[in-house]
Amino acid sequence: MSTGTRLVLEVTGLDVHYGGRRGRRRALHGVSLSVAPGETVGLIGETGSGKSTLARTVLGLVRPGAGSVVVDGEDVTAHSARQWRELRRRGVVQYVFQDPLRSLDPDLTVEASLTEPLLVRGTGRPEAAARVRAFLPRVRLAEDLLDRLPGELSGGQRQRIAVARALVTEPRLVVLDEPVSALDSANRVQVLEILKELRASGVALLFISHDLGSVAGVADRIAVLYRGELVEVGAARDVVGRPQHPYTRLLVGSAPTLRGVGADRAERAALRALLPA
Amino acid sequence: MTTVSERLLTRAEEPGTGSPGPADPPGPAVPLLSLREVRIADGSDGREIVHGVSFDLTPGKVVGIVGESGSGKTLTCRAALGILPAHFEVTAGSIEIGGTDIATLTPARWTALRGATIGAVFQDPASYLNPSLRIGRQLAEVVRVKKGLGRRAARERVLALLRAVHLRDAELVHDQYPFELSGGMLQRVLIAAAVAADPRILIADEATTALDVTVQAEILDLLADLRDRAGLALVVVSHDLAVVARLCDEVLVMRQGEVVEQGPTRRVLDDPRHAYTRLLISEHEQYGLERFLEQTAPAAPPPPAAPAELIAPIAPKEEA
Repeated sequence: MSTGTRLVLEVTGLDVHYGGRRGRRRALHGVSLSVAPGETVGLIGETGSGKSTLARTVLGLVRPGAGSVVVDGEDVTAHSARQWRELRRRGVVQYVFQDPLRSLDPDLTVEASLTEPLLVRGTGRPEAAARVRAFLPRVRLAEDLLDRLPGELSGGQRQRIAVARALVTEPRLVVLDEPVSALDSANRVQVLEILKELRASGVALLFISHDLGSVAGVADRIAVLYRGELVEVGAARDVVGRPQHPYTRLLVGSAPTLRGVGADRAERAALRALLPA
Repeated sequence: MTTVSERLLTRAEEPGTGSPGPADPPGPAVPLLSLREVRIADGSDGREIVHGVSFDLTPGKVVGIVGESGSGKTLTCRAALGILPAHFEVTAGSIEIGGTDIATLTPARWTALRGATIGAVFQDPASYLNPSLRIGRQLAEVVRVKKGLGRRAARERVLALLRAVHLRDAELVHDQYPFELSGGMLQRVLIAAAVAADPRILIADEATTALDVTVQAEILDLLADLRDRAGLALVVVSHDLAVVARLCDEVLVMRQGEVVEQGPTRRVLDDPRHAYTRLLISEHEQYGLERFLEQTAPAAPPPPAAPAELIAPIAPKEEA
């Protein structure tokens, strides 16, 4: 059996709407995207693009109107809340949000936060504790942090703990929604390095961000979401170096780099004119 | 003498072509804003937060301050605006606006100076507007108080200002409430308010941080316009070196209250001397778009091998 090459995430023809029959608003339309084992896919989108809706749909928090979501070979599109709980308990899919305080219980020590997902899966306490300790170096955390509370840690440490918590169960897929956006430069670099190294373990990462710059360095492929539709998907090098869709070109052309901006204002205005109003 | 907003308004209709220089010929005049070894302390415990910042701002010049939150960049700006938070005080050094030491200013002089000489825009534009008043009315108030215009003239002026910050339908925006506008539009409105009273200096403190990249590019264009058309001097504050690099002639890199590097932007990018500046550059080179872009300009020197180890992340703060 070739579980090694089976796609970890396969989203096909996804439609999501919000609101009732009147005032129905389309959040996603016809989105198809896959992530292979050990692959990092960057999903880029600005305000209102639907990127968080896609993350929530993949995590079973939003039910799509059409299309399917297959996680590690299992069609989860019509899963009940109970089935999703079971899926989460098995630790197949994990997540990391922008603000680690949202994913860490403020009253639990670091050790309790990290062992909990293992205990829930039925791992014995001594083994869970040992696995947590063994995992710490991979996120550059020292053992003496284990008895601290999240409030006693820096933002960067907290985010590394959130990453550790997501990965300690050895999930097949981790959805990261703006994982480095709230961090300072040194911590951002550190978390990006950690994510890069973790790929070697075979975990698939869906890295969601508004910032092409923070994704370009770690993603194998980049998908660009604009107004609920994927307008471009390709190797990171191609999407950044030879963007095809006007919106991607606008995005690349607008991003400030140390070498100036990719497009001057006339070029950007021309690209904008090509986009649907 | 024509004022900033007159110059801005008369030229606002022209297409933004070419690269006009500053409207005033640069001269060896007194700097508009001058900081000398400014130190700022938290008066409640005497702890010094900013350990000496110096720069001079002349007409049409853009000075950038780069740093993380907690680096002291915002406190420095607030000191220059005379709006330090309670307890904080300038403990050493001097700040001069147009040659006048601000320590000597009375509250009344400050009120006259703010808006008319020095203005500012910050990260969260919505919090500076009254949610229950239409945009036009709020701007008209600024114009009427600061410029003494009548109702009708104020309306014309406000519409002209809204057009000058490239809001597409000025008349529509004039009659809208803040919640009806996007973040980028709100920031344009705030910039219009900040330049309404013809300041010579505009401080933009993380003014584009909360905006989408495509909108950020437009706001940075607008700031460049203000400099080019009106000779406005800018202080641009950002956590992102690339944002600062786009606009600024001179850059200050701040970390934990200290200016670790300062110099002409090109020099700082091409020949960074402090490990922290090199970290900021290598983050772009290793993890940013720069990785895939062709070398169009002289690039920064190769990044150090292990940037994260060169500069340890800042230790956790004592939790408040």
